[in-house]
Parts: sequence; structure tokens; C-alpha cells
Amino acid sequence: MSLLTIDRLEARHGLLTAVREVSLALKEGETLALVGANGAGKTTLMRAIAGAHKPAGGRILLDSTDVTHTPAHRRVAMGIALVPEGRRLFPGMTVEENLLVAGAVGRPGPWRVETVLDAFPMLKKRLKARAGTLSGGEQQATAIGRALMTNPLVLLLDEVSLGLAPIAVDQVYHSLAGLIGSGTTILLVEQDLARAFGVATRIACMLEGRIVLEGLAQDMTREQVTAAYFGLGRGNGSGGGQGSGQDGGKGHHQP
Amino acid sequence: MIWVSQILQGVLLGGYYALIACGLSFMFGVMRIINLAHGDLAVLAGFLVWFIAGQTGINPFLALALVIPLMAALGWVLQRTMLERSLRAGELVPLLSTFGLAIVIENLLFEQFGADTRSLAPYIGGLSYDSLTIGGQIYLSYLGIIIFAVAVAILGGLHFFLGHTNLGRAIRATAEDIDTAELVGINSRAVYAAAAAIALATVAVGGAALGMRATFAPYAGPAQLIFAFEAVVIGGLGSLWGTLAGGIALGVAQNIGATINTHGFLIAGHVVFLAFLALRPFLTSLNAKGRIKALLRRAA
Repeated sequence: MSLLTIDRLEARHGLLTAVREVSLALKEGETLALVGANGAGKTTLMRAIAGAHKPAGGRILLDSTDVTHTPAHRRVAMGIALVPEGRRLFPGMTVEENLLVAGAVGRPGPWRVETVLDAFPMLKKRLKARAGTLSGGEQQATAIGRALMTNPLVLLLDEVSLGLAPIAVDQVYHSLAGLIGSGTTILLVEQDLARAFGVATRIACMLEGRIVLEGLAQDMTREQVTAAYFGLGRGNGSGGGQGSGQDGGKGHHQP
Repeated sequence: MIWVSQILQGVLLGGYYALIACGLSFMFGVMRIINLAHGDLAVLAGFLVWFIAGQTGINPFLALALVIPLMAALGWVLQRTMLERSLRAGELVPLLSTFGLAIVIENLLFEQFGADTRSLAPYIGGLSYDSLTIGGQIYLSYLGIIIFAVAVAILGGLHFFLGHTNLGRAIRATAEDIDTAELVGINSRAVYAAAAAIALATVAVGGAALGMRATFAPYAGPAQLIFAFEAVVIGGLGSLWGTLAGGIALGVAQNIGATINTHGFLIAGHVVFLAFLALRPFLTSLNAKGRIKALLRRAA
């Protein structure tokens, strides 16, 4: 039984179709990395799952409850939390207030200000600082902590390493490893293939709004993903792996 | 001594302006709505208090306790039925719709209560003229002191509420970034409606203060709006303590103007307002420089 099921989802920006009939399934405790070039539709897909972008078709199921038309704030209460691209903290509020404002949703679970600080110790001394004055790494940690405060069933992470110094990326991923180890279900967008292979149990590659390759990380090579990423060899059997999230993802295509 | 007295009177008058202005400031700070019906809503609240006190004979302070939840409910309804739709249509549309609302309120009041000038003073007995004497030369009216204290209490209460409660934090988060607020579980529509309700609850108190310290009539709203607006602009849009400072600056300027020349009351207030408006770019750039310096110091 999948925790999160995306069924033939379509999302548009005006006349442009950014997400085309995407199907995905996420089992509990799994970490799925979504890779793809800029403009492939990754962020739109994430925002559609979180409820910030109205889908044009298809369905989103959380634990077999249809949430396709549920407003974003109610999805948070049901257990979907998005760490948006660019972090999007409330800059005039302190780190603590950024965490508390998300914690007010009232979902039961282990995440409180104290446990977030344990996961991201770098925030301890910045708790009373305004979010706008933080470094990039601290901001990203706060953004992830803010999402965790809602005690999500599924955590969506959109480009957590974007615009961060390499050392800050290491710190963020070090903390993420702890989260993944604790069994949190994660869907993350990552441009860096090495990072994606490092944390994910499964990898899905998007190209022009479609998932063109999907499978277990251990069964894939970086060459395969790179080929799918750039749409190489699409003449011979593209889309073979699309939407096959069920049995270990053996259905991915060979470019 | 006359100057000290006039400045003190100005400070108290500033308290009244801050009280009238705080709802305007709050609504702008949270929803980016400039509510042109603000003054008329205050007059409406004044009429409601006057009507209830006159019909039932109860103390106007007690009547106000009834009017506050009434106005809060009106704020909630206005937000859900009118302001929310206007905001969706663009940021200038609320200006038009609240301007229309102002006209509707004025004319409904005129139709219902006629053109007579009213006051709550007859219902509060000696409080309308009693005063505190300092050194035999300075007279401070009790009502003025009460209004000032209420203004400080409401502004301070709002400040505390925004910083230390879940709803207050949700209001600030929504004001900063409504899209992201939804993504952390905040129901932004409900938050906006709550903010409008709070703003109109303060308007109710402001309207009662207007009725107790002076007179009002159906078309008295726009004049109150102008004073509230000037206080908010002088103090910095959306800043609560700034609104108090702005109200005091306006009140003191008006009283000093009136002392210099009997016709100087309004002119001096407007001149100070325009001076602030003209100097604001320089003041904020000075402030920005200070901030950059502070950042550099921290980095060093």
C-alpha cells in the first residue's frame, strides 16, 4: 500500500503544460529523488502535490484519501509538508517563530522546537535571530525544520542545496541522513546526481513534464540517469519506465 | 506654561488619533488594504453606541461592550463577502470598494438618523468635562487621559498578541508571504477574516471615543479618516507603535499650530504630515545606511 500516490497528474502554467500525466507511488519510509533539467516540471509537480498549484487533471492520493482538490493548508494538517524552492522563510520573524507558526497545525508527532534543534544544532544559537539575517545553510535548516514541525507523513524537499555553499550542503545532507534513517518518507528534488544517488532508495528522472526513467537507485547507473536527463536516445523506446512505481521499478528503460 | 499645557493636550489628542488609526494600520499591515471606509465605520460604531445607550438607558461603556463584538462580526463578514473578492481582483480594487462602502454607510446613517449632530457626552455625566489640575495652570481632561491609556493598552495588546499567540504569529506569517503561509498549514482566508474582525473591534472603541470627546454626524467619517491616515503615514505604514508616535506628532503639531494662531490647528497638522511625506525617503535611506553599518559590524 502506497502512502502517496500520484495518478496521471497534469499541471499547467497558462498554456504551457509543465507536468504531463505523471504517475508516481511512494511507500512509507521510502526516499524518492526526482531529478531532471531546469524546466522539466519538478517544482510544479512538488507544488501540485503540496496544494500550492492547482492541477489540471489526474489525482493525488494520501493514504488512499483523495486530496486533489484539498486546499494546501488542509493537506499540511493531513500530513504533506513542502520545503519550497528558495526556502521562503518569513524573513521578519525569528527562527523560533518560523518553527512555531508551522507547529500550530496541531498534528501529533515527535517534532517540536527542541527535537528540531537536536536535528539541526546549528540553529540553537540563532533561535531569536530574524530569519532574514540567517546564512543560506541556516535558512535551509530552518525551512526543513519548519516543515518537520507539522509532523508530516510525507516530506517534500525542493532543491535544498540550491544556492548554498558546498559546506552548507554537506551539513544539510548530514541532517537529512538522520531523517531518512528515522524512517521519514521523503520526496526530494535534487540537481546533483551524486547527492541523489547518495540518499535515495529510488530515483525518477523527469524530462519535459514526463517521468522518463524510474527505478531503484541500486539498479541504476549514473550514465543511464544522465542519458534520460538530457533526453538522449529517445528514439529507441523512451517512456518505458513511466509510471511503473509498483514492483521495485524494474520497468525502467535502457537508453 | 501655555506651551507645556498645549503640548500635553496634543499628546492626549494624539492618543485619540492613534486609537482611531490603529485599525487602519493593522488592516494595511496585514492585508495591504487601505480601508477608505475606516472613518465611516468608526462613526457607525459611534451611532450604534449612541443608539443603544439612548434606547436602553445603559451606560455607554456597557453599550460599547455590546458594539465591539458587533463590529468585529461586521469585519468578518466584510472580509469574507467584499474585501477578499476585491483583493483577488488587484491591489487597487479594495480602494474603490471601500470608497463605495464609505458612501453606503454615510447615506444609510443619514437615512436612519438624519443630519443632526450627536454626542455621547450627555450619557457620561461629569466625565465629559472633569479634569486633572497640575500646578494650577495645566488642565488635563480625565476623558483624554482615559482615551490615551486605552490607545496605549490596545496598541500594546495587539503588539503582544502578534508576537506571542498562535493566531498572532499566523497573522504575521500570512502578512509576510500568503502562499508560504498556506504551505505551513495556515488557513489564510480565516486568518484574514480574523484580522478584519480585530481591526473593526478597535474601530468600535475609536468610534465610542469620538462620540464621548466630541460630536459626530453621518458625514463625519472622512475627516476622521484623514486624521487616522496622517497618523499612520507619519508613524510608518503598518507599524503599531509608529502609529502611536504618528498620532502624538499630529496632535502636538495641531495644538502648537492653534496656539500660534487660532486658525492654525488643521494647517499645522497637515504641514507636519506633508513634511514627513516629503522627508520620508531621506529618513528611510538614513535608516538603511545604519542597517548596512550594523551588518558590516557584525561581519567584522
